[in-house]
Amino acid sequence: MSPHLSIWRWGPAMAVSILHRAAGQGMAFVGLPVLLWFLAAVAGGEASYATFQDHAGSWYGLVVLAGLSWAFFEHMTSGLRHFVLDLGAGYELDTNNFWSWLVPVIAIALTALFWAAILLR
Amino acid sequence: MGNGTSIGRVRGLGSSQHGAHHWLLQRFTAIGNLILVVWLVVSLALMPAFDYATMQAWLVKPIPATAMILLIVSTFWHARLGVQVFMEDYVYDHGLKFASLAALNVLALAGAAFGVLSVLRIALTTTTGGA
Repeated sequence: MSPHLSIWRWGPAMAVSILHRAAGQGMAFVGLPVLLWFLAAVAGGEASYATFQDHAGSWYGLVVLAGLSWAFFEHMTSGLRHFVLDLGAGYELDTNNFWSWLVPVIAIALTALFWAAILLR
Repeated sequence: MGNGTSIGRVRGLGSSQHGAHHWLLQRFTAIGNLILVVWLVVSLALMPAFDYATMQAWLVKPIPATAMILLIVSTFWHARLGVQVFMEDYVYDHGLKFASLAALNVLALAGAAFGVLSVLRIALTTTTGGA
């Protein structure tokens, strides 16, 4: 194999790129089924919603929901970064590294804010 | 298509002229997702409770029901495009790749249809206490 494929080291842009993909696939394979379950449970009436709420409110349900909310904020913040890159801006090394670091930090902050709004109501 | 130079022999083949279609749709649906999922997240954060009565009373209203239907269409479309790229990158066997993409199309359409039906059923069902 050509050495240009095997000689590299991790950089922030690579990390935020693979996080974007992981968060997106997580929402596609877990988030959308959970959304469908929620909607079908409300459509089904009180009994079916109670079953959904038992799972969603349990410790494992909250772990999944917390993970999904983080996945959304990560994918959204990273997606906004992609919009800027699509315009041809933000490729200077310092700028690129700065925003690649900042994206996951903003995503974690937004996730914390979201759960604070729910839990501290 | 020319037949002289190397570039002339391949011009117009492959994804020329429509290769950006998938890329553009990914961006258009991303804009839809940005608006609609932020609406969902803010709505959930401001929700007074998560019991059945609150959820039903929320989704029975026309604007939340419409937004939820649009959200389903936009997110399932975006996910279909995103999972397609994921499969094209990581499923190496050609037959398995074809089967994966076929299954993806079926599941994305079926999931979106089921979601829209669920919202319609909530929005169009008359409850005893409802208006």
